[in-house]
Amino acid sequence: MGIQTKISQPNTADTKQDKYTKIPFLVKARPYLIMAPSLLLTIGIMYPFIAAIFYSLTNYSFRSTSYKFIGLDNWIKMFTNYDFWHAVFVTGLYAISTTGTEMVIGLGIALLLSKDTRFTKILKVVLIFPLMVAPVIATLIWQLMTNNSVGIIEKFLNIFGVYNFPWSSSPKTALLTATLIDIWVYAPFVIILIVAGVQSLPKSPFEAAQVDGASAWFTFKTLKLPLLLPFMYIALIFRLMASIQEFGIIFALTKGGPGDTLMNLSISAYTKGFQFMKFGESLPYILFLWLIVNLVSKFLVGKWLLVQKQAAGH
Amino acid sequence: MNTKKLSLLTEIGRNAILALWAIFALFPLFWMVLITFKHDAEMYTTTFIFTPTLENYKAVLINTNYFKAFFDNIIVSGGAVLVSVLVGVPAAYALARYNFKKKEDLAFQILSFKFAPEILVILPLFMIYQKIRLFDTHIGLIWVYQLITMPLLIWVVRGYFEDINVEIEHAAQLDGYSWYHVFLKILLPLIKPGLVAAALLSFIFAWNSFTFPLLLSAFKVETVTVSVLKYLASDTVHYGQMAVAASVSALPEVILALIIQKHLVRGLSFGAVKG
Repeated sequence: MGIQTKISQPNTADTKQDKYTKIPFLVKARPYLIMAPSLLLTIGIMYPFIAAIFYSLTNYSFRSTSYKFIGLDNWIKMFTNYDFWHAVFVTGLYAISTTGTEMVIGLGIALLLSKDTRFTKILKVVLIFPLMVAPVIATLIWQLMTNNSVGIIEKFLNIFGVYNFPWSSSPKTALLTATLIDIWVYAPFVIILIVAGVQSLPKSPFEAAQVDGASAWFTFKTLKLPLLLPFMYIALIFRLMASIQEFGIIFALTKGGPGDTLMNLSISAYTKGFQFMKFGESLPYILFLWLIVNLVSKFLVGKWLLVQKQAAGH
Repeated sequence: MNTKKLSLLTEIGRNAILALWAIFALFPLFWMVLITFKHDAEMYTTTFIFTPTLENYKAVLINTNYFKAFFDNIIVSGGAVLVSVLVGVPAAYALARYNFKKKEDLAFQILSFKFAPEILVILPLFMIYQKIRLFDTHIGLIWVYQLITMPLLIWVVRGYFEDINVEIEHAAQLDGYSWYHVFLKILLPLIKPGLVAAALLSFIFAWNSFTFPLLLSAFKVETVTVSVLKYLASDTVHYGQMAVAASVSALPEVILALIIQKHLVRGLSFGAVKG
């Protein structure tokens, strides 16, 4: 139990060789050779990434077979386009509203689950079910539930005199609906990570705090939260990175609509590339997204290593 | 007296909030399974009380190509996991046991594939796959699924290798076992529970994958996640059949998740949290 740092472990099989004894090439190359197939398979599939940078500088289109190099035109066109800035805004809004809510709910439910009773033991098992359902399937389920003619939620709302709540069909409520589905699927992820953190908490500092008569809030703020922070960062990193790129839920829900309400960068790139067939034009959108993901994940991983050190006692 | 009352109240409050959350999380699944037994005609008029029917199951499983999609999904996801296990487990071992230049860089490079936007890979790959005829094939999907299954497998299994004391290996080597004997006869059995859990979890992720099969295959190879979309697009909506399609694809995963429950936290966090 606990967080594990990925620094080279001391128990490695080949202890440091003497500088002067010559290590046979095959022994030295062994780890690389063992890793080669996995790297070939993954990097082989990443070759397209380099192709993506190249094609973003061309006017390639699925409609015609010939294309020519047009320099930074696609990039300039993107940065001067209202659609792009709207997509950036939607991407940020979606990522923050889903990840933010999931973190708050995750922490809250995990803390409520920390008391061991028969009820919480069962819940810890069954609450992860939604996480296992494919996001697309989850979207389908919620579309059924919110359907205005057969949906159970519509029937429930009717009791309170609310009829034909628009859900994903209105620009005003589409984001709310997508966020709700995202939370339904992914909040369990945050919950079980923080539950694992709660279970790994050492007992003695809390007993000491109790003996000293510290208030519950003080203990939580100065003791529990810092110890849980590394776990929360892991959850945050995974959730934020995925929600910035969300495609499945939005695609299955409205394909980015109504209008351009849910057009985030992923959906925009898809629409430009596959719907409008403008391949070269779509690539800057997704390369820009990749850049953001990279920067944010680097920053957060650094933060995580820091809080982990602090939780381990500076 | 007051503190007693207060703690009783907090207890009630705690359980009430948990119960509300449980309803939110589980009711949709329950309701989905429930309406798979409902006639289309009764959808509009009844909520919980109706005469159950198996018509929807018949319609989806026998009269459409849903079964084919289901098996395509098994082939593609299972194949992807198999490839990842075969090449990923040795790589995980190398990352756990050897010190070599650029080791952490390589490990993080593999992890970064998980965070790469799928559309970024798909756009150029769409073109390349059509040129080298991997578009709409099982192998094409199995290959691109490596981006889902490989990082997870390598990172999780690496952690399990690191948990094993290196002395065990040294002892076996002293007894005259060659390195592959040590690997196959001693290490693999030791990490087996973790390996199985990691493989099953990456199977679930591959099974749930949507963007890759949507855009890199078409008619010949169709996964369940893509085929359910048809129920949304069609003009005459059969809600019961939609629910059947969703349920049949979702329930196997819930069962798999129950099997690997103990290893789930570790797998989901790619080994960062040892739950």
